[in-house]
Amino acid sequence: MDILGKRRIWYTISIAVLAVGLLFLAINGLNFGIDFQGGTLLEFKFDQQITNQQVRNVLQDIEIAGDSKIQQSDTQGIQGVIIRTQKLSPEQTIEVEEALRNEYPSTEMLRSESVGAVIGQELRTKALLALLIASVAIVLYISVRFEFRFAIVSIITLLHDVLITLGIFAILGREVNTPFVAALLTIIGYSINDTIVIFDRIRENMKMMHKTSFKELANQAVIDTLPRSINTSLTTLITILAIYLFGGASIKVFMLALFIGMFAGTYSSIFVASPLLVTWTHRITNKK
Amino acid sequence: MRYKQKRLLKLIFIIAIVALAVFLYFNNSINLGLDLRGGSHIVLQAQPTEERSINNEVMSGIQQVIERRVNQLGLSEPVIQREGDDRIIVELPAVDNPNEAINTIGRTAVLTFRNPAGQVLLTGENVKDATADYDEYGRPVVSFQMTNEGAKQFENITRQYIGQKIGIYLDDELLTNPTVQSVISEKGLISGYESVEAAEKDAILIREGSLPVPVEVVQSRTVGPALGEISIRRSLIAGLVGLALVAVYMMFYYRFPGVLAAAVLIIYGVLLMGTLAGLQATLTLPGIAGLILSIGMAVDANIIIFERIKDERKSGKTLRASIDAGFKRAYKTIIDANVTTLITALILAYYTSGTVRGFAVTLGIGVLVSMFTAFFITRNVIDLFTHSNLLQSDAAFGAKRR
Repeated sequence: MDILGKRRIWYTISIAVLAVGLLFLAINGLNFGIDFQGGTLLEFKFDQQITNQQVRNVLQDIEIAGDSKIQQSDTQGIQGVIIRTQKLSPEQTIEVEEALRNEYPSTEMLRSESVGAVIGQELRTKALLALLIASVAIVLYISVRFEFRFAIVSIITLLHDVLITLGIFAILGREVNTPFVAALLTIIGYSINDTIVIFDRIRENMKMMHKTSFKELANQAVIDTLPRSINTSLTTLITILAIYLFGGASIKVFMLALFIGMFAGTYSSIFVASPLLVTWTHRITNKK
Repeated sequence: MRYKQKRLLKLIFIIAIVALAVFLYFNNSINLGLDLRGGSHIVLQAQPTEERSINNEVMSGIQQVIERRVNQLGLSEPVIQREGDDRIIVELPAVDNPNEAINTIGRTAVLTFRNPAGQVLLTGENVKDATADYDEYGRPVVSFQMTNEGAKQFENITRQYIGQKIGIYLDDELLTNPTVQSVISEKGLISGYESVEAAEKDAILIREGSLPVPVEVVQSRTVGPALGEISIRRSLIAGLVGLALVAVYMMFYYRFPGVLAAAVLIIYGVLLMGTLAGLQATLTLPGIAGLILSIGMAVDANIIIFERIKDERKSGKTLRASIDAGFKRAYKTIIDANVTTLITALILAYYTSGTVRGFAVTLGIGVLVSMFTAFFITRNVIDLFTHSNLLQSDAAFGAKRR
């Protein structure tokens, strides 16, 4: 199996997916949730099905949040709605709850979240900062344990995974919230983890196979670690899928992001990281 | 005999570690976060006014007032703490009307002096200080002092209402309703208290009853107890289903070592819960996600070890030699792979707050426990069965395939 010899194909696939994702990112942008934009989210449950329009009628009657986004809550076994709107004051929240209860006595508040715009901005900055610092720390660690080129390639690889996840979220229009950032960071951790297991094998082969060309020993490393790559991503994806299907609504975004990211991460550790290392060696190291 | 003794020691080691974890778990229960047991997380931000900017004194004033308001709600274990220069975080366990509670806590209460008709004569801004004291007859009183501006106004007021009652209100709550006995300008006494403690309580209210500056609820997250219960149940089912599927897959692929891996996973779960309980960690919903993910890391460690042993086996080494060499090589990989995840978890825990931090902390603990499990438990469990035919067979570790 000559995986690294076909690196043009893998680069093309990655670039195509990235291009589509980035295009959607540029056009649609991300659907920032209230965590990053400020706003109020209310989730109510009823003992009968209440349509979005019924909820909107109540909201319009009290002239609060009449233009809010209303969505049926997809948590199984619960008939509920999620209302997203600009930030409401505690008084307004109480009014909404009371108005709904007057109309539908079984109304029960499951959760309410309210985030000011300033806090949203802060969370966004903090999240970006955390992502940046984590990346730098990882480059340093890998440079020390491996070589600088391994570090740069790992960073390109994890950027690849993060951008693909962001792109697919832009395509799907799914909400981006704080758990999403946590998911991105987990993806970074996993992506690096996956890449390192292969790099570790390349490092080992470099010591033991002096006469083999870098491309061949890297290819051997990828093939030798293939069962591990497949088994690990399969077991991880199984777990994520289980949580996605059985877990509550609030955890779904998190799991969807993880699923996309893990998938991209497994692909990139095999088809992007090691090929890039070979390209680097051919283009830069060998020219010196 | 020597081998059997060693094996016994290893078995005792595993049982002792598991017993310790179980002991820790039952001795220190794991705290559930507000999102799992229901409750509210509120962030209040002080708003500077034209007269007053935000400083440390103003903030501790606000904190005291908020603490008093929260205590009035009569909840168990509320948390009130300062954050940054101008914020206060309040955490309330489940209440019946969380939004009303938030409303009460965040309101800018005003201390007022009112005449019998209820008209406001003077506000708390004019009170400079109030303390509990005893009067000349040894009766407990509240002694208060007006500001210069307030003294002039209060002199006029007391002259006008002498012999009548002037109520002191915090918002609409009547704190005390003393009768004006003489004209008061700068310093006055309120008598009629049964104890100095009662006087002290009112003194605090008069002194600090109103917020020095308005506060805004900049963030609030409330989870009803119903949702918390659903979340716990769901996560538990999800975790168990995930674990079971992974176990089945491992058994299918690695045969008997896969069974051992499943057993190690169960031990890992016990150790993890014991560690979390021992550290008195608070478990949140993202925290559970972090835990489930760390299970993935634990499985990965086992896969790396098994694949290494398989490789060694294929190169023709004996089982014992393969296990030794396999573990030795796997250690290095596992350390490098896990340290990067640990770095991410640490940075996440440091730079974020609230629920995401909960995720990072449990992920970090999970990775550490997973490394411990891979290095000590997996190794010993495998060693226990080195001489068993189940490990000797070619199908074990999936070595026969391909």
